[in-house]
Amino acid sequence: MPLLDIEGLTVEFGTEAAPFVAVDRVDLGIEAGEIVGVVGESGSGKSVTALALMGLIDFPGRVTARRMAFAGRDLLQLSERERRALVGKDIAMIFQDPLASLNPCFTVAFQLMETLRVHGNERERGSSKLRRARALELLQQVEIPDAGARLNAYPHQLSGGMAQRVMIAMAIACNPKLLIADEPSTALDVTVQAQILALLTNLQKDRGMALLLITHDLAVVAETAQRVVVMYAGQQVETGPVPGLFEAPRHPYTQALLAALPEHNLERARLTAIAGMVPGQHNRPSGCLLSPRCAYATPRCRAEQPMLEGDAARRVRCFFPLDASGHPTRGWRPDSVPALG
Amino acid sequence: MLAFVLRRIVQSAAVMAVVALIAFALFNFTGDPVASMVGPEATLEERARLRTELGLDRPFWIQFGHFVGNAAQGEFGRSLRQGRKVSALLKERLPATLELSLVAAMLALVVGIPLGVYTALRRNTWLSQLLLAGSLIGVSLPTFLIGILLILVFAVILGWLPSFGRGDTVALGWWTTGLLTASGLKALILPAITLSLFQMTLIMRLVRAEMLEVLRTDYIKFARARGLSDRTIHFGHALKNTLVPVITITGLQLGAIIAFAIITETVFQWPGMGLLFIQAVNFADIPVMAAYLCFIALVFVTLNLIVDLLYYAVDPRLRIERAAAH
Repeated sequence: MPLLDIEGLTVEFGTEAAPFVAVDRVDLGIEAGEIVGVVGESGSGKSVTALALMGLIDFPGRVTARRMAFAGRDLLQLSERERRALVGKDIAMIFQDPLASLNPCFTVAFQLMETLRVHGNERERGSSKLRRARALELLQQVEIPDAGARLNAYPHQLSGGMAQRVMIAMAIACNPKLLIADEPSTALDVTVQAQILALLTNLQKDRGMALLLITHDLAVVAETAQRVVVMYAGQQVETGPVPGLFEAPRHPYTQALLAALPEHNLERARLTAIAGMVPGQHNRPSGCLLSPRCAYATPRCRAEQPMLEGDAARRVRCFFPLDASGHPTRGWRPDSVPALG
Repeated sequence: MLAFVLRRIVQSAAVMAVVALIAFALFNFTGDPVASMVGPEATLEERARLRTELGLDRPFWIQFGHFVGNAAQGEFGRSLRQGRKVSALLKERLPATLELSLVAAMLALVVGIPLGVYTALRRNTWLSQLLLAGSLIGVSLPTFLIGILLILVFAVILGWLPSFGRGDTVALGWWTTGLLTASGLKALILPAITLSLFQMTLIMRLVRAEMLEVLRTDYIKFARARGLSDRTIHFGHALKNTLVPVITITGLQLGAIIAFAIITETVFQWPGMGLLFIQAVNFADIPVMAAYLCFIALVFVTLNLIVDLLYYAVDPRLRIERAAAH
């Protein structure tokens, strides 16, 4: 049984009559100790998926799922108190902007010890001395230099990288089974990014926890994850193992994302980019959501929505999935593409 | 820190000097004081003698220096109408005004902050909507109207509370307090509510707006992702971050409460400094007016200083930035 088992997770905002579907029937399974990457552009529903799983989608957002289970417990049936006991302890999450995610009014030690006071074991809950010792130990584990002095620092006295380390320390304080990292390195300098990712993967290995890595950086996923989920406009468009998915993308969107990587554009004067934007609430195409931006879109793509097809190892949402050479298959004909205009 | 305090004290002194200048100008530009002191049949020599005796023939700046020197010791001369020393008059009236103002300010805080938090957290309940609609009335109705309405309902129709005066007072040294007698407390209720209503609704709306702002921040999202209870998040993490603007407004409003107690004191015939001032205006009692002006300026300047210092206690970011700047 997978550690996390989600089937048909849907998150809607707006009115019942005209809902905006931010996450559309997402299936996600994570085994214990596995690293799964979720990639996609801004607005593709990556973060909302994670927040829904943490139970942090507020009214008027609506979360529905056929199944949403963690370690055998049904997340949909949890009471608010049970959810709080699980979230922050067994499932922890870190956010994109570390400096904004720490409360400016409290010291690092206070915020770390607060987590331990709520979720720690019985001895930790009872003794503030023990909690302080644990807080120091955690800061050392996330490799903060001069950890003892940092305990009494306020968040604004930390650099971005250090604040991210503090946030990671808070997240791993109670040995979570699953850590969700939502763009953990996006707000940081390039050099610090690499350090933070190395820290996360080391912690993941040492503790055997599962890691759900949400990012828009394909290179990060290629280096760290075992499996990857590509999302577009709230839908999964392709899932598969690393490096297989990167070597032979089957969805045109994955192919376009890979083509947009700077290292694939070394000889060109301009970087390849995907034209247009992720559709918002008011400009959803009626067919495949990618069709307005897809190089291979046919009239059928514009009329019908493809389903996510394939086996558990490799799934793709496309009428004409790409073959190993990167060309559409299953009877796709270039002449079926009408002239633009 | 020390440099900051010293700089603020120098700034405060400058403000006080300007206010003193204006207060002093009251004497000089509202008619010849000698003319109002002697009768119309006084001779020119008599007038000149009086002028020399009072020091009015000396240069402007020397007269101003005397005024400031005396004012710094709390001396503003004698009331033209009552013939008593202004300092004694103020001292007699001060406890009534301060008690009324502080009780009103406490009332505004104690009621305003919880209501603000409540209306922010339970945005869509009918009680929140009712409180918000009610707060509009509190913000927009003039104080004297509220006072008169309260008198009408609770003093005239229901007869529960007295409509004027301060009740019985107890003397503690030179300080007279109405807080220790039943009639004093009863007399305090209506004026305190009248005076606090505006501030209460202001604080409530401010806390609500700040709270809504803070609840949207990333650190609240992270706090929730850590599985903290709603109570810890709302009252531990969110409320503390809303306090800086609340302290600013409350501090400045306390000055406003003391200064604008004039209207409430007039409506309720409360024997405080505001009433003294209104009577002084009616009789062009310049020394009393000048003293009141200086006193209110002192209150505002002091409160501003205290508010600035309180920031340090609440917001750690200021401590470091200011310390680094010096």
